[in-house]
Amino acid sequence: MTMSANLPNERERSSGAATLAQEPPTSTLPHPAPGTWHHSHVLDLDDFSQEEIELVLETTGTMKEVLARQIARVPTLRGTTVVTLFYESSTRTRSSFELAGKVLGADVINIAASASSVQKGESLVDTVLTLQAIGADVLVMRHPRSGAPYLASRHTRASIINAGDGWHAHPTQALLDLFTIQSHIGDVRGRKVVIVGDITHSRVARSNLWSLTTMGAQVVVCGPPTLLPVGLEGPQGSEVESEQALPPLEVETNLDRAIKDADVVMTLRLQLERQQSGLIPSIREYCNLYQVTEERLATAKPGALVLHPGPVNEGVEISLGVAHGAQSVIEEQVANGVAVRMALLYLLSRGRS
Amino acid sequence: MTETIIMSPEDVRRAIMRIAHEIVENNRGCKDLVFVGMQTRGVPLAKRIVDCIAEFEGESPPLGTLDIGLYRDDLPDQGLNIEIKPSDIPTNIAGKRVVLVDDVLYTGRSIRAALDALIDYGRPGRIQLAVLVDRGHRELPIRADYVGKNIPTSRQDEVQVRLLEIDGSDGVLLTTAEGE
Repeated sequence: MTMSANLPNERERSSGAATLAQEPPTSTLPHPAPGTWHHSHVLDLDDFSQEEIELVLETTGTMKEVLARQIARVPTLRGTTVVTLFYESSTRTRSSFELAGKVLGADVINIAASASSVQKGESLVDTVLTLQAIGADVLVMRHPRSGAPYLASRHTRASIINAGDGWHAHPTQALLDLFTIQSHIGDVRGRKVVIVGDITHSRVARSNLWSLTTMGAQVVVCGPPTLLPVGLEGPQGSEVESEQALPPLEVETNLDRAIKDADVVMTLRLQLERQQSGLIPSIREYCNLYQVTEERLATAKPGALVLHPGPVNEGVEISLGVAHGAQSVIEEQVANGVAVRMALLYLLSRGRS
Repeated sequence: MTETIIMSPEDVRRAIMRIAHEIVENNRGCKDLVFVGMQTRGVPLAKRIVDCIAEFEGESPPLGTLDIGLYRDDLPDQGLNIEIKPSDIPTNIAGKRVVLVDDVLYTGRSIRAALDALIDYGRPGRIQLAVLVDRGHRELPIRADYVGKNIPTSRQDEVQVRLLEIDGSDGVLLTTAEGE
């Protein structure tokens, strides 16, 4: 059974944003002058143009040079206060934001909601206003509810960076994924990127769809039908208003078909609690059908990259051999995360002054 | 608005040639010399000086590039270009004689930032400064060791250095506001 779909041409022409351009990039987003920055917040990548994504990636390259120095410390954000506000647990995202701020010379304050006034019933907006009052310039926020950073951004002068909200968006992860991919294979235009796993509950997948399609990659999402969002392929047949146009992509429920000739395989964490909710028959069945194994990877392009946003369930969505194999760039992703977050802190602080 | 050509392509070529000779004379050869061009137009200038030296000395000192974006103390206005390019210092500069190269010396603030940036890479034995144009109006106690041309200007004037590698032709233009 398959819901495979090449998008009908009809939709490709009518889609509003981030059209996968065959020749010239046709985006309805405003085209700012190259090298300029107009975002006060980074909430998701759906409002980023190709030029803006390129500016972030270029700046990331500069930050990597800083990180490679013997003493990785520059005075760029002296006097800037960065607050990380995490309503959900995290190791890599929170620590890499903290390090990014410190390398750039900012003051970094870490707040875990589990050990703050949130426990006493303080509302999100009140917490944000409190942090603004103590002088936060940038607020890095993770929240289990989709849209929470958007709410926060409407109530504060500080810049909000979304470090993951519910199932919705994780823009910094998508940017570091793109940076990692580009540093290996160069331009992603026309390259085949397969995102495999639990798409429905993945904010990583959602943000990656925007950035990858904006940059012109051919994106295939793959997973069991119960873990694929309804309507992902866009309106078929019936004319639906395309105001909320999705990026153009292909949907495939068979991993063996999806992975064939892929340049990049992006695996997602299977949240084990999904098993209890009856969305998959059993972990074993999921592994049989959707685990990225050596055998399956062998049918992708030679040297195809394997990514994973972490934390990895080895032997579930990805086999041990692939996770630690020569084609895996999982550790590199973590290292690039610091540089990408430095780039965003720099652009947000400098661009809005 | 009036535009005056201050330096022709020939003037630029001769100035670079003279600066190259002065640097070698001053440092008694090119032992321990390291050239660092400041983004953007300092980079091709430094390259040309190094090429000149290679021609008459027979050896070519190491050449690096430096972007001072991370060290600026003045914040750009909104909408201005805030791109930063990677820096590349190819050798350990500790104890070396570093020649910093830029196109225009004006307030001295960029050079201040460049000195901070350089020192983060190591402790040079000496830092010297070479510029194609010195237009005055310093805000910091900074001076150049090698100057292509001194140009008296008012603060409202605009000095534009054009280089073949970036702008397609060589030359220095002075734009004065009408009625100044």
